[in-house]
Amino acid sequence: MKREELELYLHIPFCVKKCNYCDFLSASGCEEEKEAYVRAMLREIQSYREEARRYEVKTVFLGGGTPSLLTCAQTEAVFEYLNRVFHIAEDAEITMEVNPGTVTPEKLESYRRVGVNRLSIGLQSVHDKELKMLGRIHTYEEFLATWQQARKAGFENLNVDLMSGLPGQSLEDWTGSLHKVTALEPEHISAYSLILEEGTAFYQWYEQGRFAEGEELALPAEEEEYAMGEAAIQILEQAGYHRYEISNYALPGRECRHNLGYWERKNYLGIGSGAASLIQNVRFHHVRDRQEYIRKLTEPDVNGSGKAIQSAPRQLDVNWEKLSVSEQMEEFMFLGLRKTAGISRKVFAEYFGKEIEHVYGGVIQKLTEENLLEQTGNMLRLTHRGMDVSNLALSEFLLDEACTETEEL
Amino acid sequence: MAGVEQSNIRNFCIIAHIDHGKSTLADRIIEKTGLLTSREMQAQVLDNMDLERERGITIKAQTVRTVYRAKNGEEYIFNLIDTPGHVDFNYEVSRSLAACDGAILVVDAAQGVEAQTLANVYLALDHDLDVMPVINKIDLPSADPERVKEEIEDVIGIDAEDAPLISAKTGLNVDEVLEQIVSKIPAPEGNPKAPLQALIFDSVYDSYRGVIVFCRIKQGTVRKGTPILMMATGATAEVVEVGYFGAGQFIPCDELDAGMVGYITASLKNVKETRVGDTVTNAENPCAEPLPGYKKVNPMVYCGLYPSDGAKYPDLRDALEKLQLNDAALQFEPETSVALGFGFRCGFLGLLHLEIIQERLEREYNLDLVTTAPSVIYKVHKTNGEMIELTNPTNLPDPSEIEYMEEPIVKAEIMVTSEFIGAIMDLCQERRGVYQGMEYIEEKRAVLNYHLPLNEIIYDFFDALKSRSRGYASFDYEILGYERSELVKLDILINKEEVDALSFIIHSSNAYERGRKMCEKLKNEIPRQLFEIPIQAAVGGKIIARETVKAMRKDVLAKCYGGDISRKKKLLEKQKEGKKRMRQVGNVEIPQRAFMSVLKLDED
Repeated sequence: MKREELELYLHIPFCVKKCNYCDFLSASGCEEEKEAYVRAMLREIQSYREEARRYEVKTVFLGGGTPSLLTCAQTEAVFEYLNRVFHIAEDAEITMEVNPGTVTPEKLESYRRVGVNRLSIGLQSVHDKELKMLGRIHTYEEFLATWQQARKAGFENLNVDLMSGLPGQSLEDWTGSLHKVTALEPEHISAYSLILEEGTAFYQWYEQGRFAEGEELALPAEEEEYAMGEAAIQILEQAGYHRYEISNYALPGRECRHNLGYWERKNYLGIGSGAASLIQNVRFHHVRDRQEYIRKLTEPDVNGSGKAIQSAPRQLDVNWEKLSVSEQMEEFMFLGLRKTAGISRKVFAEYFGKEIEHVYGGVIQKLTEENLLEQTGNMLRLTHRGMDVSNLALSEFLLDEACTETEEL
Repeated sequence: MAGVEQSNIRNFCIIAHIDHGKSTLADRIIEKTGLLTSREMQAQVLDNMDLERERGITIKAQTVRTVYRAKNGEEYIFNLIDTPGHVDFNYEVSRSLAACDGAILVVDAAQGVEAQTLANVYLALDHDLDVMPVINKIDLPSADPERVKEEIEDVIGIDAEDAPLISAKTGLNVDEVLEQIVSKIPAPEGNPKAPLQALIFDSVYDSYRGVIVFCRIKQGTVRKGTPILMMATGATAEVVEVGYFGAGQFIPCDELDAGMVGYITASLKNVKETRVGDTVTNAENPCAEPLPGYKKVNPMVYCGLYPSDGAKYPDLRDALEKLQLNDAALQFEPETSVALGFGFRCGFLGLLHLEIIQERLEREYNLDLVTTAPSVIYKVHKTNGEMIELTNPTNLPDPSEIEYMEEPIVKAEIMVTSEFIGAIMDLCQERRGVYQGMEYIEEKRAVLNYHLPLNEIIYDFFDALKSRSRGYASFDYEILGYERSELVKLDILINKEEVDALSFIIHSSNAYERGRKMCEKLKNEIPRQLFEIPIQAAVGGKIIARETVKAMRKDVLAKCYGGDISRKKKLLEKQKEGKKRMRQVGNVEIPQRAFMSVLKLDED
């Protein structure tokens, strides 16, 4: 039997403390709650035992929050259940997000044992002043210790997260971070720019004027922020890192397969509170509140219904939505074009049964004329400029409602 | 109304300064007279347009008939005609007043007599109405009814000794108002046996019944089957129904006779046949002369109205026709703009009138509109001896063909308390006003006389006047005539292309300042695009101001939310939605907001 490919995402919504810029689903929690949450996750994993037979799991990603806050026993239990329920491919990419200050050599050993083969380390900056301002719980020294322990434990596929556009950050601060990190030779670097999100401490500070021009924590001016983005591309490419997505860089062959799956609209199943899934063109999330998540997992109906995951929403699910063909096309474009390789016309035609020109001919022509999009043979991709203004370019691929209807006919 | 004696009818309106409680009192009167049960009462029954409720102002006159059993045991018919408060709608006020025999003047017990109170009282007195003062809001801690009574007597010169002291909000002493309506407001006169003579004071269009004409019967009687003649338009028809006004509904009755206020429906489909102010008479037995009506008002301010979605052009035309039916001051004719496509050049009484029409079109007719800068009518004398009346700046001939231009000048009377005289004189000076004189009408109140160019007062003069006099100055004007003036056309170029919808005529001495302000404003309104966009102001091809919208450097969502793409999509949708509201001029996208923003340059 040929199994379908599947990616698994496991959400661990616990942190020692919330970072000042973070609006992801996470919060601190006591040991009892963590334990109850892990048990609920185990129950959720167990609930897929019928359905899981159809799939072969190609990537697993434990994200958060801070997955490294789990105890060795908890992590091992999660993997024990995953292995029991799912068929995980031999060459699966299994990533764990870790934060310096929460990992020990013992934990790293345990990750190796259960099959984790890639670590993503949240560093964000090499400057302790910036780390403190961001509300991180570690120093650069502590990161280095974690880094060395990880290498020593045998991890040979490591990612480091960095963030530009920080309050008070200068171009030199940023290039300093880039140089120091490339010198460590991680296999993968994620270079994000800060986005002020409502509901974060940063947003409050911003509204209070603490990030205003002239203040110590002034946000970098537009030109400077732009220069930071350009510097990242230049420094990282010089060091051998290939930009394969808007904010992601990798040594050859070290692209994060799990994240690529999101851009390529592979089937993925989210496990844990708030986790998002895409299964056979159905998108849904789990409830975000982790107490509610735990409660729902104790109710009987989630246990082994035997029905296909995408056939109907379960009590756990919210925003359950079956994508129309037009929505699938939109996603194909605005997710696929985040990759520097772009999208393949051939794949579009095979998937949707019509040439891309029939749907997006006008948009492609317009964006090409504006030098935001380029074509090389079969591939369509954003230009460098197109990447800079990707929101503008990608929004063009949203289809009008009127046009959606004709697509459906 | 068979069986109702003329002596038991009272036709009246309520006049007041804005916020002094006119609509609340109207509600109380309706409630107390028992036409509606408390349960049926919705707050402010008379303001039945959404827009009026939201803004808390009355735009259209509303009429309602109630029955009051007075303490003397007799039943009286009250026809209450609500009136708008703003100076732009004086015309509407006049219409309503012409249907009344008396007016209740509501004055706030704390604030006393204010500018608009005066303006409205004078209008009522002009129409020979008996004015009956009422002091409202006496439940307020700051209420000072005795001082207000004195003020009414001193400033307005009407007896306020036994003015009821009321709270329309709580209903306190409203009964006394009802009794005084009976005792102080005169009953209508007129002979029901005379030939029909009825004044049209309003009309509405109903898709089932056609035009519904609101009228005051001055002489004679009208009933179902009466052949009627509109004396000005010459249209004839047979009456299908007559009736009076319930709250928000039409209640048919057998006949309307002299003294009554009511409505007529007839086989009238064409809205143009029934003109407000016209006289309705019996086609077979016409009256000798039409009623004087009221003075025809001409639009003062013109601007272009365009549908955002070009396909909605016919809808806009239909909507304008319907609005025109009971807003004779609204005029329109088709025009085209390079930037905005097909639309209409519309004439209005003033800027508020413009805004109200625009909002009604948007809300009641679901149209999304773009408005161009308002303009007055200029007279352009060409070298070949021809003279054209210019309402759209785009049509200005080449300067080489123009010998000279004239602009309309108004004679303005500004009533102001002495402490603000200096401030108001400065304002008039800034607006190219020519001082004509000043008279004190009493110790602390003076009338300033100025000659002002109309185009200086159509934008925001009224607002400026209010803010510089803390609301106390009142202002009235009449057209004096045309005067030769140094006028130029100011053009706006966006990315080197002239945007016709942004052009306007201005006095040469103000061109530089206005051009600079417009460029600044547009710079803030036009979002960054892929390329740099110069915004220039030009007079006769010469650039007099410039700003630049810098090219967009970066617009990117960097983060990956663990496969949760809904936020990404929302962001992109928002971006796309924003684009829909843009107008393409050359290769620049201009938000519709930008066209509107230049109308309010003096706000900041």
